[in-house]
Amino acid sequence: MSYSDKAHAHPGHDEHDDHHHGPAPGLMRWVTTTNHKDIGTLYLWFALIMFFIGGAMALIIRLELGSPGLQFVDPMFFNSMTTMHAIVMIFGVIMPAFVGLANWMIPMMIGAPDMALPRLNNWSFWIMPFAFTIMLSTLFMDSGGPAGGWTLYPPLVLQMGDSFAFVIFAIHFMGISSVMGSINIVATIFNMRPPGMTMMKMPMFVWTWLITAYLLIATIPVFAGAVTMLLTDRFFGTSFFSAAGGGDPVMFQHIFWFFGHPEVYILILPAFGIVSSIIPTFARKPLFGYDSMVYATASIAFLSFIVWAHHMFTTGMPLAGELFFMFSTMMISVPTGVKVFNWVATMWRGSMTFETPMLFAVGFVIMFTIGGLSGLMLAITPADIQYHDTYFVVAHFHYVLVPGAIYSLMAATYYWIPKWTGNMYDETLGKWHFWISTIFVNVLFFPMHFVGLAGMPRRIPDYNNIFADWNFIATIGAFGFGFSQLLFVYIILKCIKGGKEATSEVWEGARGLEWTVASPAPYHTFEVAPAITDTTITR
Amino acid sequence: MSDTQLHSLKRHGVVAGKSLLLAFAMFGFGYLMVPIYDIICEVTGLNGKTGRVSVAEANAVQATDRLVTVEFVASVNAGGSWIFRPQVQEMQVRPGELNHATYYAENLSNNTVVGQATPSVTPQSASIYFNKTECFCFTRQVFEPKGSKDMPLTFIIDPDLPINVDRVTLSYTFFKSPDQAT
Repeated sequence: MSYSDKAHAHPGHDEHDDHHHGPAPGLMRWVTTTNHKDIGTLYLWFALIMFFIGGAMALIIRLELGSPGLQFVDPMFFNSMTTMHAIVMIFGVIMPAFVGLANWMIPMMIGAPDMALPRLNNWSFWIMPFAFTIMLSTLFMDSGGPAGGWTLYPPLVLQMGDSFAFVIFAIHFMGISSVMGSINIVATIFNMRPPGMTMMKMPMFVWTWLITAYLLIATIPVFAGAVTMLLTDRFFGTSFFSAAGGGDPVMFQHIFWFFGHPEVYILILPAFGIVSSIIPTFARKPLFGYDSMVYATASIAFLSFIVWAHHMFTTGMPLAGELFFMFSTMMISVPTGVKVFNWVATMWRGSMTFETPMLFAVGFVIMFTIGGLSGLMLAITPADIQYHDTYFVVAHFHYVLVPGAIYSLMAATYYWIPKWTGNMYDETLGKWHFWISTIFVNVLFFPMHFVGLAGMPRRIPDYNNIFADWNFIATIGAFGFGFSQLLFVYIILKCIKGGKEATSEVWEGARGLEWTVASPAPYHTFEVAPAITDTTITR
Repeated sequence: MSDTQLHSLKRHGVVAGKSLLLAFAMFGFGYLMVPIYDIICEVTGLNGKTGRVSVAEANAVQATDRLVTVEFVASVNAGGSWIFRPQVQEMQVRPGELNHATYYAENLSNNTVVGQATPSVTPQSASIYFNKTECFCFTRQVFEPKGSKDMPLTFIIDPDLPINVDRVTLSYTFFKSPDQAT
């Protein structure tokens, strides 16, 4: 990347401390690096590559669903595509991309020289490529990849062949990586802030990541426990989930979703932080209701622990349980609503301009809210019995994850890439990327609401002819959206190679410590703690 | 290493140590959810788990005049080659009275196999009032190749059974036991 060249060319340093100021030469730099910017870059590239692998799987799914009947792939492979698509997109794209952004931006946002535990940082990244090599290699094994859905419900998942052991092993690795990354982020935020950077002056992205890190530390181990139980049930004769041995398959769902629901917020809270950074910049107003944003984030995190059984309304719960989980779920819409209204209030009467990051951020607010509203519909227990396991659910969580989490990642990339590379990206192409993506993402996911309400089940490769038209439209949207992401890669590569030189501030009036350092950011920043003044904090 | 560096390393160690402790505690909590789940199921009758009482306890209960219909259902888990059915489809019982029923099972395979039945009662609200003194589901059942047997069941319905329940379904699923070492 170009910042390394400039760091090398930096004059005025004595010979003896040169190695402190630039990256090691050659490829080994990326293997041995402990620099937060290098590791952030590695995470982001990893996520981008996995995005195309997971995307290719999604296109196989949509290709098969383009018309009724079985035409391209056999049902078993179809099922492993739906399973793998989810695992890759959740654990291989959204989570590593957020960790990459955290690595790049958190030290620069709070004015720290690096992450607190740099070697741990290197380790937590380099586990990921191995974990995913193991996970993806199951697709080439005799017994095939996991095909029981990413939720790994027994007894179905226990009928998988011996490659199941590889799946569990890979999940353990991903979990270890996430927990280590989170510990690092928590230690950085607590210990590395310079004097004056109090908790309530931290940028929202730092706040949301602090809370996300706690969610990860608290829930990933529960998931690790659940998959370990699956492993011992499958290979070592225990009966945690086998009714024949006195266990209960429904118990797996409780343990899984105790992890799984906070996981949903792990995938969206950093996105809230990104959007809370971008909207004030392009509305040229400070974030409206900073304190309420912090409290709302914390409330969402707390509530996420007591709503898990809303994924299980059809398993036969007592009425009291159904009511509890219905109301606690609906309660989440209160802090989420606070956030949405705060973003709107930030834009209200602002001097708004619509550069690409802002387009993605505004797109996020609108389309995430669509996904949030269908979530409220799903929270209604009696209605959920109709919606459960239909394409309505698929439409819901794709609206919050694709034009939600993924859009926030694209917004973040456009917003910070001038800081990373020192060059402005191609604004015209960026706007094209936004509009093409936004049109196709809606063509792709909106029809799924209709077929879902009409009763089309998810995770099935074939369907009734009555669903044919909407599925064909969704498939067109899928290919349009998928291929338009090649434009994203082109814009990134073009920006790395060159472009209009970026100023330190990059965006007119942008606030925050990351905009006080040069563009591209030098290899080491804030080796001397910066002074925290009213103009260098975001609120 | 300078003093300040050592100091900050110590502070990072404290935060990392506490976080790691939380992670391990939550791993343990995942396993703790297993007994917690069992207790909740037992107390609330969730999943139709039935109770077990001794004969002496059952005899101490005063029989009532009320009549409740008990239906018997049998199913075989996928992959098992058995015949499995109740000897009577349903019976009228008085809460507080000890009752006997029998299920018939036959091994269709040419191997010795061990079977295990698991019970479930619907409606769920009735399950905590449905108690058994003796049941073939309490133990694993060993079958000779092509062997068959009648398996007894003795149960008592608690007189406190909610008044709106007049029909209780007892369902057994017959599994090939995971523990085949006989």
